[in-house]
Amino acid sequence: MSARTQTLEPVATPPSRGGRRPVLEIKDLHVSYGYGEDPVQALRGVDLTLHEGEVLGLAGESGCGKSTLVYAATRLLPPPGLITAGEVLFHGADGPVDILRMPEPALRASRWQDTAIVFQGAMNSLNPVHRVGRQIMDVIQAHRPRSTRAERLDRARELMEMVGIAADRVSAYPHQLSGGMRQRVMIAMALALEPRVLIMDEPTTALDVVMQRQIVEQIVDLRDRLGFSVVFITHDVSLLVEIADRIAIMYAGEIVEEATADEVYRRPRHPYSHGLLSSFPALRGPKRPLTGIPGSPPDLRALPSGCPFRDRCAFAFDACAVVRPELGPPAVPGDGPERSVACLRHDAAAVAAAGLEPQPVPEELAVR
Amino acid sequence: MRFLVRRGIFYVITAWAAVTLNFLIPRAQQGDPVQALINRYQGSLSTDAVQSLYVLFGLDKQTSLWDQYVQYWDQILHGDLGTSFAFFPTPVTTVIAQGLPWTIGLVGAATVIAVVLGTLVGVLIGWRRGTWADGVLPVTTFFSAVPYFWLGLIAIAIFAIAWPVFPLGGAYDNALVPTWSWDFVGSVLYHAILPAATIVLASVSGWILGMRNMMVTVTSEDYVTVAQAKGLPERLVMFGYAARNAVLPQVSGFALSLGFVVSGTLVMELVFSYPGVGLELFQAIGGHDYPLMQGIFLVITFAVLLANILADLAYVLLDPRTRQEA
Amino acid sequence: MSTMPVGAADSAAEAAAADVPGSEGDGSSAPRAATRQRLAFVRSGKAMTGLVILVVFAVLAVVGPWIAPQDPDEITADLLLGPSGAHWLGTDQLGRDVFSQLLVGTRSVLLVGVLAGVIATVLAILVGVSAGFLGGVADEVLSALSNIFLVIPALPLMIIIVGQAPHAGNLLVAAILALTGWAWGARVLRAQTMSLRRRDFVEAARANGERTARIVWFETLPNLTAIIASSFVSTVTFAVLSQVTLAFIGVTPVDDWSWGTVLYWAQANQALSLGAWWWFVPAGLLIALLGMALTLINFGIDEFVNPRLRSAGVSARSMRRREIRPRIGFTAVVKDAPRSMREHHQEAQR
Repeated sequence: MSARTQTLEPVATPPSRGGRRPVLEIKDLHVSYGYGEDPVQALRGVDLTLHEGEVLGLAGESGCGKSTLVYAATRLLPPPGLITAGEVLFHGADGPVDILRMPEPALRASRWQDTAIVFQGAMNSLNPVHRVGRQIMDVIQAHRPRSTRAERLDRARELMEMVGIAADRVSAYPHQLSGGMRQRVMIAMALALEPRVLIMDEPTTALDVVMQRQIVEQIVDLRDRLGFSVVFITHDVSLLVEIADRIAIMYAGEIVEEATADEVYRRPRHPYSHGLLSSFPALRGPKRPLTGIPGSPPDLRALPSGCPFRDRCAFAFDACAVVRPELGPPAVPGDGPERSVACLRHDAAAVAAAGLEPQPVPEELAVR
Repeated sequence: MRFLVRRGIFYVITAWAAVTLNFLIPRAQQGDPVQALINRYQGSLSTDAVQSLYVLFGLDKQTSLWDQYVQYWDQILHGDLGTSFAFFPTPVTTVIAQGLPWTIGLVGAATVIAVVLGTLVGVLIGWRRGTWADGVLPVTTFFSAVPYFWLGLIAIAIFAIAWPVFPLGGAYDNALVPTWSWDFVGSVLYHAILPAATIVLASVSGWILGMRNMMVTVTSEDYVTVAQAKGLPERLVMFGYAARNAVLPQVSGFALSLGFVVSGTLVMELVFSYPGVGLELFQAIGGHDYPLMQGIFLVITFAVLLANILADLAYVLLDPRTRQEA
Repeated sequence: MSTMPVGAADSAAEAAAADVPGSEGDGSSAPRAATRQRLAFVRSGKAMTGLVILVVFAVLAVVGPWIAPQDPDEITADLLLGPSGAHWLGTDQLGRDVFSQLLVGTRSVLLVGVLAGVIATVLAILVGVSAGFLGGVADEVLSALSNIFLVIPALPLMIIIVGQAPHAGNLLVAAILALTGWAWGARVLRAQTMSLRRRDFVEAARANGERTARIVWFETLPNLTAIIASSFVSTVTFAVLSQVTLAFIGVTPVDDWSWGTVLYWAQANQALSLGAWWWFVPAGLLIALLGMALTLINFGIDEFVNPRLRSAGVSARSMRRREIRPRIGFTAVVKDAPRSMREHHQEAQR
């Protein structure tokens, strides 16, 4: 499945330039926590595009803002989360609409119909006092008010079977199901209205490895059958490499690198991606030394000037303390325009503009 | 069903504890106030009645404490709570039987109204925070800080004296004969409005605050966010998901705080001269009627236990997790 | 008496279920966090208002009998007079000065309240913390004990104890109120101790082989301070209301002045029918004021234990001005002017 999406097509560009059509476009999204004087800058100008039928992986350490990104994009971020700027365009049948500026009834109608979410931690995602079948049926009723109860029940049973649970479990309460089954119920519920986008926030973290594998394979299989797009969030990059078409790496509330899964895996361009990939053993392919990343993420309340990663970076130089890197094409010959990376080692122009001496791309970050 | 079995055991222990307290308290007192009363009524008390009081209050110093305890239980189980002095020579059980329907009617109905109303208001202000509804909170603070009976005094001063729209007290117009006639029932309702409204006003704030805080906690649960993500109607998310779960601790809180609420409302009967067990309790205090006081303590405790059992049954109906097969 | 324990203890129990700030992380960060919180508590307007009122009452309790304009028992010819310059809060049916009665009565109200609060809190800590820490059978027994005391209606129990005591002084009343009022605190403390017990730093202390008593004293109790304080304040509120109620119904000696005694005499002498509002209104307002002060202090404690209750924090008004409405499921979006500028900027770049 990954071979299909590894062709070098223009990415993250308006449909006018041809190529695949975007479904969800996040533009310059700013999110902070707290309404007071000095809020935590959780997201600082994130741009991200999800295309029709693709699996987009979002990776990064905990606290890097990957969950914040999708919850803000769906306006589900709980207080004191606050969207301070940006837009989130959903490309529906009637052209793009900005989710952040939708009136409430329209947003309610769009939810689950356009974008469904499988939340982190299946344990708390289901209402403990209602039967799971009822929880699947109520979303169908809310969006298809003309459906009959029998139709909704049939659909619920069909969905349960689709994710490999016996249909009669619709009458089970969440506490009667295992963790893996609850997560499958959540997936079944997410697919109830055949949404165009499925967001999965660490859907497998709470599960054991065998269960993880089954669920991931099931998602891939369902995607191939139903053709929805997936945003898959995890801190487990090795998992992403297997299932994602494209990967965006986040650090301290920003995207630092974005490329196809294979490119990120074999030829990371950002020192952080490089470090992240050196934190787990390669499942296939050449062996690499395991190094990990020293230090811990910066305090988002008091971000340092320049590059937020520079204190942990082996390749930091004087400009990193002054110039804030922006996403741009990597300075490695042969890299396609669909790749982007936010690192001053790849952005000689920005360094020069600040009156400093640009440094070359280190060979670790220029693997061909 | 394990839940109900556990609760059942708890109620048995609580009932035992209440009876045992009732047995021990008079025996721990220094003086013999009951002995003095018996002496005063010597001529008019039957030997049986005297014997019963001896067992209830441990006046027979020859018997060992254990034998006294056994005799006491035997007598309680036969429904003999002694003779009332304030309503001499009526047996305590008869006196209580006269008052209990009024208390259950007034206190029961007012408490149910207060719980339902308080829970609903709590749901609303807990769900929509940062709106005008938050202004309800300081008002509830005031009402939870004053004693019930004082609110009763004020209610009478305003609505029965200064602006006499309601009667001063009592349960019905004394000119009427208690029958199931429209006149009589109407009179009972008319007399109940002011005390009931005062009880509701006094006790509702606790339920509002409790439910509001539970709503605040529950709304940050994942399943509420999921419900919003599903695009369900606001009303369904609020009641079907948030309030439906927040009400569970409210129900168990109801069971546990009923003792406090009933205590407060009993005093209301004194203020409104309402002929329930509360008023009888205060008449017993005035007449040093210890058998009646102790009988009323037992009966009220058992009534509260019964209400607790009902609350537990409601909890089992509301929370499927308690219905786990053993 | 009131439903006070419902609200106060519920929110405290909720706080017990939520995180206790300052208790997470390692021991070194805890003291710093605690200092920051203490400041936050003082900054809370509610808590400060409550504290100020409480201090005023405490001063009155001490000096009340000395500054009272008249002996509260002194019978004069000014029968049943309304408020005037001579009698600020009027007189009763024997010509006694109501203002002096209330001033003198403040002492026993506060004394009984605080004394009962202290005894009940000690009982609650002993039972609650032991139950939470020991677990197992000890926990079952101790929890059942506190639940029994919760379920049994307090007032009739108080009445049968106090009613049969020959001379019910303040100390006895305080002891009985403590006996009937400790259970809420024990319940809340048990829940909090149980959640603390599973925290890393307590586990670490256990793994280091520290003695249980030491763990309880140095690792657990400091983290329970807020809950203990809140339970103390709740019990004082309960004790004040109960004491007033007992005095009002005439169970405690009716010649010991307290706010409840004033109300007892007012009720016994038909103050309502006589329209002598000055006789029963001020006493109730004093109770309400004291009760509100205590409740406000508890709100302050609750909010600083459980930040979720801080209704959108201090800047609620400024948020309204900026049209931000914190809501679950619909994240607030700032509709700011600079956005359009940014769009222009982007257009220009293209």
